[in-house]
Amino acid sequence: MNATTFPGNVETTDAGYLVEGGRTLWSWLTTHDHKRIAVLYTIAITLFFFLGGAAATLMRLTLVHPDGRLMSAENYNKTFTFHGVVMVWFFLIPSIPSTMGNFLVPLMIGARDVAFPRLNLFSWYLYMIGGLFTVAALLLGGVDTGWTFYTPFSTMFSNSNVILVVVGVFVTGFSTILTGMNLIVTTHMMRAPGMHWYRLPLFVWAMYATSVVMMLATPVLAMTLSLIGLERLAGVGIFDPALGGDPILFQHFFWFYSHPAVYIMILPAMGVVSELICNGVRGKIFGYKFMAWSLFAIAFIGFLVWGHHMFVAGQSMYASIVFSILSFAVAVPSAIKVFNWLATLHKGTIVFHAPMIYTLGFIGLFTLGGMTGLFLAAVALDVNLTDTYFVVAHFHYIMVGGSVMAYLGGIHYWWPKATGRLYPEGVAKIAAWLMFVGFNLTFFPQYVLGYEGMPRRYHQYLPRYQDLNILSSVGAAILAVSYLMPLCYLGYSLFRGKSAPANPWRATGLEWTTASPPPEHNFPATPVVTCGPYEYRD
Amino acid sequence: MIAMQPQASNFAVPIDHMFDAMLALCGTVSLGVFVVMFWFCVKYRRGSHADREGRATQKLGLEIAWTLIPFLLFVGIFAWSIDLWTMLRTPPADAMPIYVVAKQWMWKVQHTNGRREIDALHVPLGVPVRLIMTSEDVIHSFYVPDFRVKQDVVPGRYTALWFTATKLGDYPLLCSEYCGTDHAAMLGTVTVMPAKDYQQWLKASASLAPAQAGRRLFVQFGCSGCHDPGSGIRAPDLRGVYGTQVQLADGRRASVDDRYLHDAIMLPAGRRVAGYAPIMPAYQSRIDEEDVLALMAYIKSLKAAPSEAEAGHAH
Repeated sequence: MNATTFPGNVETTDAGYLVEGGRTLWSWLTTHDHKRIAVLYTIAITLFFFLGGAAATLMRLTLVHPDGRLMSAENYNKTFTFHGVVMVWFFLIPSIPSTMGNFLVPLMIGARDVAFPRLNLFSWYLYMIGGLFTVAALLLGGVDTGWTFYTPFSTMFSNSNVILVVVGVFVTGFSTILTGMNLIVTTHMMRAPGMHWYRLPLFVWAMYATSVVMMLATPVLAMTLSLIGLERLAGVGIFDPALGGDPILFQHFFWFYSHPAVYIMILPAMGVVSELICNGVRGKIFGYKFMAWSLFAIAFIGFLVWGHHMFVAGQSMYASIVFSILSFAVAVPSAIKVFNWLATLHKGTIVFHAPMIYTLGFIGLFTLGGMTGLFLAAVALDVNLTDTYFVVAHFHYIMVGGSVMAYLGGIHYWWPKATGRLYPEGVAKIAAWLMFVGFNLTFFPQYVLGYEGMPRRYHQYLPRYQDLNILSSVGAAILAVSYLMPLCYLGYSLFRGKSAPANPWRATGLEWTTASPPPEHNFPATPVVTCGPYEYRD
Repeated sequence: MIAMQPQASNFAVPIDHMFDAMLALCGTVSLGVFVVMFWFCVKYRRGSHADREGRATQKLGLEIAWTLIPFLLFVGIFAWSIDLWTMLRTPPADAMPIYVVAKQWMWKVQHTNGRREIDALHVPLGVPVRLIMTSEDVIHSFYVPDFRVKQDVVPGRYTALWFTATKLGDYPLLCSEYCGTDHAAMLGTVTVMPAKDYQQWLKASASLAPAQAGRRLFVQFGCSGCHDPGSGIRAPDLRGVYGTQVQLADGRRASVDDRYLHDAIMLPAGRRVAGYAPIMPAYQSRIDEEDVLALMAYIKSLKAAPSEAEAGHAH
């Protein structure tokens, strides 16, 4: 936004919100500043990401041998459950909304903070209590149900800490609901003068759409988890047929939440990528309104497709037909987004900084993940492919190839803004490329494995699947290195990096008009907005 | 990679055709996306002398085109897939039934004449086979990759799956729904044999026919004490009841099918027939799914009594 009214000093300060609110640990743990809360989330999420990653490493190591000699079946099952639970609820779902969403939405709309700063801090505590509790339960004993908690296995047959983990996830769910509500109210009530809806950066649109899904879907998860507790503890027959319940009912409840949850993971990533690509091509996004409304189309249709997880579960043949066509329908707005990003590249002035490499990587991997989603939406093909590694590869392309690439792209892009430091660009580009290569090497072979019939959640497998498993494990090693690299050089930059100017990317957007790092209340004076979000002039 | 997968059932070839077509279509589109991305990135890199005049930021025609064209393609794929899907879900009327009971962590199979096997399934070549499956405990999934068929096996209900084996040989049977500790070891083998050999293989068994075995259980579990004609206790007469409709005590009507009989044995209080006292005990934890199948085979074998009392309520 080039036309803001304050002439204020946007020189780099060495202070900003990082010191203005106090330098003590206590001042951080009791802060109401959305930026500090975003930093708290980032630290916690990074911890959970590497814990979940360690579990993935153990799994890939075990799968080098077809007989799974490295780990007992029970430990393997607990490991993939740990990986799934931690990555889904404690990394992916809060990843972009709670870190960048928290940090950027007020800055992007020209507000001093979110609408409910105390509630924001409370959400972080809920997240931490749920997270630490769950991780403790998972490490001291473990759970072997998979992150999907399918009944009646989870309620009547598993001899592991199901209740503790369910309670942890339940608590964390409220953090998601409250964060969603906070961002919605903030976007409605706190936009700066002149910030019309069609002047909002697409990231804000994406966060808004995500927040709607968070608020509508997560309560269903809370309800479902409560019912698991009720059946497991009190023996109330809801899901277990031996008690007169219906196990398929659980799957309907669970996927009614968990499919929209996939969109909680990918919509924010689409928002991040839209910001990054505009800076990378130094121009406006192509088709702003289509980009904004396709987010809502995805969020809306995303609520109507849950049954595609259950094509062979025993639901009616006709239900499957309806869910199939709806699943194709949700692919339409996704396709619109990919084509608009491509068109944005046209006649741009493209700079290949690390965030742009992540962005291009995102578009490529999201395309492959989306395309294979079409195979799974086609019921007849899904019969063979569901519950195999094809599905594992598909959702990792979306969630890791898509969401994690966008998350890291965003972290690099807004790093100077958040920390006031520059990161080493050369090594960051190498890490981004390495991630792309390592990712494909890890997950592309899994498509083939799935087509050849290797079921997921297998601790041992037929020898005919070994070669591709080895390839996948080699890829995972490369991927692990590419994740550890940013941890090292960003950590280094935090203490030794060069000071960042207010706008190192020469980007548009209100967040770049204030200092890096921004002062406690973001702007010296409330900015006035007179134009759209991507008015690049060079 | 695709041709190397054995194609051993009637579904394998049409499903592979569709898969290959999808691979070609989606592969082409993905490749197109990559080529355009790469081309733009090279052509419009900073410092290049490409013409950048008149950079558009919206074109309604393009937006409509890349909304409608994918949508129409999707409808086409959907139609193709639904055609195959209805075939997968519509077994021929003469398909040979075989019962499968899954439990942690094994597959138990029972053939029409009562022959049983564990972690193995013998089927005749070229004959449509319909598997009727249930689970003793948690959800499992019956998956034969070389047949391209899969169906979850759910406790408390019967799910079905059909195929015609088209190639002789042994094919792996896998459990594809996570079912606990030894999920990955819940394996079996499907053996496709010539139809004649299969008939001989069936006969080589000394087991009782399911209806006979069911009669024994019927007596052993005390069912006959109430349900046999002429017993002193007022209980529904089971002769000819299979396939009819009954009036339930709560006012609904129910078809007497496999699911109904199963539930009537396991949890009789759930859908009680009108006009009878709720005195039947639940057999839920006293009888296993294989015995239920045998009892059902016996009940199905009972012919309707030639009496006049049957008109109103089919008990």
